[in-house]
Amino acid sequence: MRAEGAVGNDKPKSCGSGNTMAAVTNSIFSPELAARFDRLVTLYPLKRSALVPMLLYAQDEIGYVSEAAIQEIATRLDLFDLDVRSVLSYYSMLRTKPAGKYNVQVCTNISCMLRGGYQILDHCKKKLGIGHKQTTPDGQFSLEEVECIGACCWAPAMQVNYDFHEDLTPAKVDTILADYAAGKGKDVK
Amino acid sequence: MPRYVSHPDEVIVLKRRHGQGAANIDKYIELDGYKAVQNAIEQGPDWIINTMKASGLRGRGGAGFPTGMKWSFVPKQSPKPKYVLVNGDESEPGTCKDHVIFLEDPHSVIEGTMIAGLAIGAKMGFIYLRGEYRYLLKIVEKAVADAYAKGFLGKNIFGKEGVDFDIVTQTGAGAYEVGEESALMESLEGKRGVPRIKPPFPAVVGLYGGPTVINNAETIASVPHILLMGGEAYAKLGSERNGGTRLFGISGHVERPGVYELPMGYSLRKAIYEVAGGIKCGKQLKAVVPGGSSCPVLKADEIDVGLDFDQMAKAGTMLGSGGIVVLDETVSIVEFALRTIKFYQHESCGWCIPCREGTDWIKKTLTRVYNDGGQKKDIDNVQYLAENMMGRTFCPLGDAAAMPTLGFVKKFRKEFEDYIEGRKAGTPLMSEEQELAGVGH
Repeated sequence: MRAEGAVGNDKPKSCGSGNTMAAVTNSIFSPELAARFDRLVTLYPLKRSALVPMLLYAQDEIGYVSEAAIQEIATRLDLFDLDVRSVLSYYSMLRTKPAGKYNVQVCTNISCMLRGGYQILDHCKKKLGIGHKQTTPDGQFSLEEVECIGACCWAPAMQVNYDFHEDLTPAKVDTILADYAAGKGKDVK
Repeated sequence: MPRYVSHPDEVIVLKRRHGQGAANIDKYIELDGYKAVQNAIEQGPDWIINTMKASGLRGRGGAGFPTGMKWSFVPKQSPKPKYVLVNGDESEPGTCKDHVIFLEDPHSVIEGTMIAGLAIGAKMGFIYLRGEYRYLLKIVEKAVADAYAKGFLGKNIFGKEGVDFDIVTQTGAGAYEVGEESALMESLEGKRGVPRIKPPFPAVVGLYGGPTVINNAETIASVPHILLMGGEAYAKLGSERNGGTRLFGISGHVERPGVYELPMGYSLRKAIYEVAGGIKCGKQLKAVVPGGSSCPVLKADEIDVGLDFDQMAKAGTMLGSGGIVVLDETVSIVEFALRTIKFYQHESCGWCIPCREGTDWIKKTLTRVYNDGGQKKDIDNVQYLAENMMGRTFCPLGDAAAMPTLGFVKKFRKEFEDYIEGRKAGTPLMSEEQELAGVGH
């Protein structure tokens, strides 16, 4: 009965009821993010539910999920750090090493492929001088070939960090990358 | 920003508020928003479920299970809290309809979640969006906060004593497998997104062990519209046993790709040639993947079929998630099949051996064929592997990888044989480096 086991030993509590959090002094996160985490764990019947969002938000702030982040998140959720690592290694957006300030993620799945997704990827490789999962020496850009990002009807598409860019052409990519390099790109947090 | 498209053949139900700024709660209310849920509170659970059953609405995530029936399976009495879970982990290649819903009409998802909660006696709902949809998560979070501020969520909603409902938004972090309902629950419980064995089904033992209704975001967004117009009226828009309309994302080699709302049962041929403007640059149609990448391919002469769950099943494929991917004459099916299996190999969670090993060996074999090292028996091997994955895994990912693969090798066997013998069809789409290295992640 895995489904039963999934509940663990904690009893589900109703929403917002006092999920206590392990005391974290000297958080490695900014006061804003620490406060967000304090609130996040109270939203769910089981605080472990906050794990995936916490990992993602930690990565957004630090640039990757660091060793210290793993330790603090484990403490906050009363988990072993191994539990955190196990989840961390599962999700493709989570990383344990820094990426560029702007992580360029080009979709090459079927709908994008049909409309030139690989051309866009090759163009990015040439333009940035880096390959899949590599970072430019100045740390500005990193590049990833990714699976379907849900922009199939506006293909080819890519994401720079969390921003979608659609109906791409190599010329359009040049403008987008130049904008980011000049600090003028969109930047959804 | 996704391009807004329209066509005279569209039957607008779900898209009614799109393009009108309905992410703003006041605009949503002006456009009859939150009327359906207030009526649902008055009418009660039996009325809601009966209306849903009459509507003929079937799950828009891909499986096509009747929504009203799904809701009726939830036990009335439960010692554990019940939950509503909205699956917005839209990851099926070719599918971007939920993207549009979250962007244009997030309150319809919130309202639908509340109605589902009223129907099954749940006081809490979760809206789970894939991690890549961060900008959409922000839109949904804002919509939820606005609904709380108006007293539409929380305690005593709409001023009704004892009627409580909470909604929590959740983000994934990149995993196709999490779109499977039980894997999504694992993910929401803070674990690796691997599927659970069934039974027990979510309606009995779901999230946190409580009875759970899990529906696709489009299914949930349809609910308020159905309650407003009436179940029978909605059903009439569609075809037999396939009520209403749905969003079809038409992509690939068409002149006007986009997300169109068409009645269930609408002709696939017309969807491609009229609604989406026909094949790009006047080329000939070669094949169609009709409902997201896991659906078996249809050849150009097989597209005179109605877009509903039953007619597509009869045609040997699936309506799936409504993502219609159109391939013109220049596409190599060998290459397309390889790109498809590369995706499933990458996304297999590894929990079940037939899926983990099967996807990997099919990918390896097709890569060998693609790189000119193929032998004729490779085609049989691919077919053998795919056939042995079918129905032998915890979740449908194994089937989702096997079904399109079988479609490609069975319907285009000659093209595979010709390729192996050096007579290659089509223009390569993958880059040189990819051919050798494969998708390196």
